[in-house]
Amino acid sequence: MTTTLAAVGYAEEWYIQIVKSVVLFLLAVQIVPVVLLAERKLLGRFQNRYGPNRVGPFGAMQPLADIIKLATKEPFQPSTAIGFLYALAPVISLLTALAAFAILPFGDVANIFGTEVGLYGLDVGIGVLYVFAFGAIAFYGLMLGGWASGSKYSFLGAMRAAAQLISYEVAMGLSLVGVLMMAGTLSLTGIVEQQSGMWYIVPQFVGFLIFITAGFAETNRAPFDLPEADAELVAGYNTEYGGSKFAAYFFAEYVNILVVSGIAVTMFLGGWQLPFIDPPGFVDPFVVLAKIFVFVFLFVWIRATLPRLRYDQLMSFGWKVLLPLATANALVTAIVVVATS
Amino acid sequence: MPDSVGLELLAQDLAARAGADAVLATVYFRDRATVIVEPYTIVPVLEQLREKGYGALMSVHGVDYYPEEPRLGVHYELLDMNAVDRVTVKLRVTLDNPHVPSVTPNWPTANFQEREIYDMFGVIFDGHPDLRRILMPEDYEGHPQRRDFPVGGEPVLFTIDESEGTAYTQ
Amino acid sequence: MSTDVTPTPSDYRAMEESTTLAPLERLGSDDMDHELLTLNMGPHHPATHGVLRLLVTLEGEVVRDLKPIIGYVHTGIEKTAEDKSYWKAIPVVERMDYLAYYFNAYAFCGATETLLELEVPPRAQYLRVIHMELNRIMSHLVWLGTSALDLGAMSMFWYCFRDRELILDLFEQSSGARMHTRYIQIGGVAEDIPRGWEAKLREFTSQMPTRADQYNDLLANNEIVLQRLRGVCPLAEEELLKLGVTGPLLRAAGNPWDLRKAQPYSSYDHFDFNIPVGTEGDNWDRFAVRVAEIYESVKIIEQAMDGLPEGRTITDDRKVALPPRHELATSMEALIHHFKLVTEGFRVPPGEVYFPIEGPRGEYGCFVRSDGSSKPARVHMRDPSFVNLQATAPMTEGSYIADLIATLAMLDPVLGGIDR
Repeated sequence: MTTTLAAVGYAEEWYIQIVKSVVLFLLAVQIVPVVLLAERKLLGRFQNRYGPNRVGPFGAMQPLADIIKLATKEPFQPSTAIGFLYALAPVISLLTALAAFAILPFGDVANIFGTEVGLYGLDVGIGVLYVFAFGAIAFYGLMLGGWASGSKYSFLGAMRAAAQLISYEVAMGLSLVGVLMMAGTLSLTGIVEQQSGMWYIVPQFVGFLIFITAGFAETNRAPFDLPEADAELVAGYNTEYGGSKFAAYFFAEYVNILVVSGIAVTMFLGGWQLPFIDPPGFVDPFVVLAKIFVFVFLFVWIRATLPRLRYDQLMSFGWKVLLPLATANALVTAIVVVATS
Repeated sequence: MPDSVGLELLAQDLAARAGADAVLATVYFRDRATVIVEPYTIVPVLEQLREKGYGALMSVHGVDYYPEEPRLGVHYELLDMNAVDRVTVKLRVTLDNPHVPSVTPNWPTANFQEREIYDMFGVIFDGHPDLRRILMPEDYEGHPQRRDFPVGGEPVLFTIDESEGTAYTQ
Repeated sequence: MSTDVTPTPSDYRAMEESTTLAPLERLGSDDMDHELLTLNMGPHHPATHGVLRLLVTLEGEVVRDLKPIIGYVHTGIEKTAEDKSYWKAIPVVERMDYLAYYFNAYAFCGATETLLELEVPPRAQYLRVIHMELNRIMSHLVWLGTSALDLGAMSMFWYCFRDRELILDLFEQSSGARMHTRYIQIGGVAEDIPRGWEAKLREFTSQMPTRADQYNDLLANNEIVLQRLRGVCPLAEEELLKLGVTGPLLRAAGNPWDLRKAQPYSSYDHFDFNIPVGTEGDNWDRFAVRVAEIYESVKIIEQAMDGLPEGRTITDDRKVALPPRHELATSMEALIHHFKLVTEGFRVPPGEVYFPIEGPRGEYGCFVRSDGSSKPARVHMRDPSFVNLQATAPMTEGSYIADLIATLAMLDPVLGGIDR
């Protein structure tokens, strides 16, 4: 089977692909409330308080209550907003986040009831580039949303989002070049399979650090939450958003966290591989999810600990520290790869 | 604090330097020294006191001496940080001519405080760069800290009454 | 009103426009690179610590001009106090700066006591010191929590409020109220401290330095915090003095002016403590000075508790202080005094007094004028937040919005005190 977009590593029948896309969408929709709850609970613990504990057992129904609250709110729009773009921007954010989620490999090809199914949405040959492409489009969601709101705070938030995108996208891309050179493939499943001997976090530790730092900037999380910067810009690009449009932004932010964590797991932590043991295929998705949640914990931990950088400090950190470091890392890896092969 | 003798010496000195009729009286009350001056001489008087070391203008506040005349008073609390010494300069103006030279150009700290006195008492500070109401709404009428301004019964302006304009203050 | 020169709204608008943008027009010419943006920060904004409104003129993210607009919580406390007898004015005066209620109350009571020439018993003076220093720590903790929140370190807010809660518990135990305690009374304090209070206070003073160490570890050793604060928005000592700035902001610039040392009141000269000073006068110094003051306050509290004298907690002048409860049933004289105090209040000899003390934000100076009646003819609080706020514009011009927020946090304005 061929596609017009790109070559894929393994492709199933069309009906399996549709089923998989539905399953992945539902998975994202199910994990996000869990992440949300985990974040609020953890933040509570970090801050000497309980976190949500009123709705349902241990506050487990809190995300549901949040969603119902947001979904039933009045759709509000400032009179200065540009209506079409104002409505479109959160959709762009959500769409790109989910599209990037589709590429995360949760396992190898597994045999489910006699059918060979790849435990991922899509295994495209351009793997990593696909993620970056959608990550870049995702910023249009923030920029258009901030600009179309017709509010000065939103506008400043949108400008910050644009500056942040430019500063960190490059370093993030370069940080993965080392991994790609060692793996010799762009396919994410291929990269995972290459790590059966050693996870790439060991030889590519610098790249890992750069990727994680840039990943925080990419997802607009503390300490790089400048486009939102609640103390300075009220809520930045989403100041004027409420109800389900805000929920879309919110949802997209958490899907982005999952995507960045998932890419980090795939690229550096061996995906579904475990050291010394080789569990059966159905365990693989749980291994990946567990590793993702390690990163989610890291995201929350950092958010609870670190203050926010300043706009110019963020830019200079991206350009003057991360970019040269990522370039040097790629260069050194290239030399080593050529010398040892 | 300068003692009562020191206060008299200070007053004589001020009279000699800032104009013979500058100092109207001196008051020594509860170990606190006060010089009462003519309103129009306030800038040279404060300048002289600054040269004597009273460089920090800690507070400017207004008083309404109703029913005495002249009614409105402005007090300047000066501080000498090296000698740890305070002196108060007071002046009085009438309601008919409530003009006092502003000290804001020389003591920027007086900016907000003179605005507050203007807002609350209606003393007009000539030469103030930005003499507007500061605490009360910009379209408010009257000066609420005056003693003949009644307490209470202030109608609250709600959005629903906005079309009636500023009549809520009457 | 013959002297009414209140400008009409249109005059006001003209004046506002002329004072805001006139010197900036050369920047805002046809040049697209220098287009200016006017941003109304507040009165509803998460980082203005109340209802402060800042009219900020921005060039990109750089602040070119700034005008504070205040008055949104003006409640006429000074006017209200004129309508109450002296000891009933204490609760309203306390509500001016709502993070420094002991200081407000003490400034007012001190001014009234000076007018009355009243001696305060030593035990009351010590208890006042203990409570004021607890209040200072409490105010600094709120400042630390909220300003860390403004920098983006959200957890600090909860940590600081946890410790503030311990202080509020102590206040509640000694006076019955957590905020606006009305503990300081003309002539002394309202009540002696209850049994068990000292043990609780000792527990607090023993753990507060450890907690402050932890906060220092969390913030002062954090590279991001250092980058955000060091060298940001400094203002020289001479400028600060011209602007009348007092308190930690002035000390951060290297001037060790502290009324507790310079003009000791309420037995502050009995205690051994240091005045932390900074060198540069930047945001980092402002931060470090306040944190260091927490340790010094703990030292003062411990010394005051160790040396707490026995004796009365309020003056025995029955014209001023309420008689003890048990005497009311047996002594006719006590009943008369009680009746006189709660109905008319006591009369104060005519005169004018300005009574300055050192609060957590600078010089709290209470001016009281008495006309001989039982109600003050004028009460005015020289609130440090009000005066210090004028320094915002010179500090922040040419810096980024984020630095403006950080500087405002380091300025620690309390809008209740500014608007009164």
